[in-house]
Amino acid sequence: MNGPTTRLDARGLLCPLPVIRTQDKIRKLKIGDVLEVVATDPGVLHDIPAWCRVHGHRLLVSEQRADDFRFHIEVS
Amino acid sequence: MRNESANVPKRAAALISGGLDSMLAAKVVLDQGVDVEGVNFFTGFCVEGHTHAIRKKDRSRQKRNNALWVAEQLGIKLHIVDVIDEYKDIVLNPKHGYGANLNPCLDCKIFMVNKALTEDVLDRGFDFVITGEVIGQRPKSQRADTMPVIARESGADDRLLRPLCALNLPPTLPERKGWVDRDKLFGFHGRDRKPQMALAESFGFSDYAQPAGGCCFLTDERYAGKLADLWEARGERDYDFDDIMLLKVGRHIRPAPHYKLIVGREEGENNFLSGYRRRFVHLDTVSHAGPLTLIDGEPTDADLVLAARIAARYSQGRTAAAVSVNVHHPSGDSTELQVEPMLPTDLEPAWHIGG
Ligand code: SF4
Repeated sequence: MNGPTTRLDARGLLCPLPVIRTQDKIRKLKIGDVLEVVATDPGVLHDIPAWCRVHGHRLLVSEQRADDFRFHIEVS
Repeated sequence: MRNESANVPKRAAALISGGLDSMLAAKVVLDQGVDVEGVNFFTGFCVEGHTHAIRKKDRSRQKRNNALWVAEQLGIKLHIVDVIDEYKDIVLNPKHGYGANLNPCLDCKIFMVNKALTEDVLDRGFDFVITGEVIGQRPKSQRADTMPVIARESGADDRLLRPLCALNLPPTLPERKGWVDRDKLFGFHGRDRKPQMALAESFGFSDYAQPAGGCCFLTDERYAGKLADLWEARGERDYDFDDIMLLKVGRHIRPAPHYKLIVGREEGENNFLSGYRRRFVHLDTVSHAGPLTLIDGEPTDADLVLAARIAARYSQGRTAAAVSVNVHHPSGDSTELQVEPMLPTDLEPAWHIGG
């Protein structure tokens, strides 16, 4: 599995801003790149996977940690 | 760029609010073989997202983003576009005025349709735009005489298709060119929602969101009252993103023109407000469990005592003889006050902003 090539710190942002920032970041990446997103709004647990499904990107990691949520998204 | 060849599938941008009408409109065109992508604009006033996550009681009920949910049901892409900054001009200076509250619906629609065709992040690649508008559905923006205004002023002209009421309007470019079959569009009108519900059923849609009022907080009387109060207190019609977020949260109480209190109503709101602690004078109750209270404005020492009494009134110590309240300043200094909780009868109804 590929490690992340780019990171996005979306902590403190409320939904849907973490998704918007993820979308803007991924637009600049190439297929196969992996983006790590870290966010704190619990809404991301639903929104980021839904956004990935809608756009066909692969969600490699979706993890709830003590203070935040972490995702790895492979651009497809 | 728009492609003019009749054989290449046409691309349409469907404005997706997360409600039923825009979902149906997109579906009707999608089923005709058009390549439809959803566009959702985040203005900062959207009922979506944030507020569901802030209030604890709402958290369990509703977590999904309805626009994303719609896109997933339809199997289309959804672009969520941040228009917070540009949208300010629409809210502050609507050419066509406001609806029942501070909702500039007509200008808003013009803005969004235009944006769907011209926004760089959307690659400007759409041949036409789809909305879920229905003539007569909303008194301000969805009337027979406003439909051509939106088409004209957005610059979309006849590239704006309203599949749910198309039969009541002249044929648009996608219909005339045969990209969509007019016979498969609809002639809904008025406030009756039954035709939409029957169409939803025929598509097998259930569990769709049915927001009361409108798609944004500007249609909400209480919210609009708080925004108008903010402008009056500051002596200018302006706002930033944090202002409009804070108006969604807590009780807003203004005992005097130069300051107001924002009192958290429950744990989720207290957590949200605590993110602003470093920017505002804020109060927390020490002797009893209670809300986090931000003070917006320039309070004097006497004002802070009154504010502490109000904060105490919303704490567990509301019936106690005295409650200790910490007053924290953004500089890091803090003072502890012993105050008598304010009696509910002493809290002037007029201080409650937004009713
Ligand atoms: S309700 Fe709000 S988002 Fe919807 S059209 Fe009116 S101003 Fe725009």
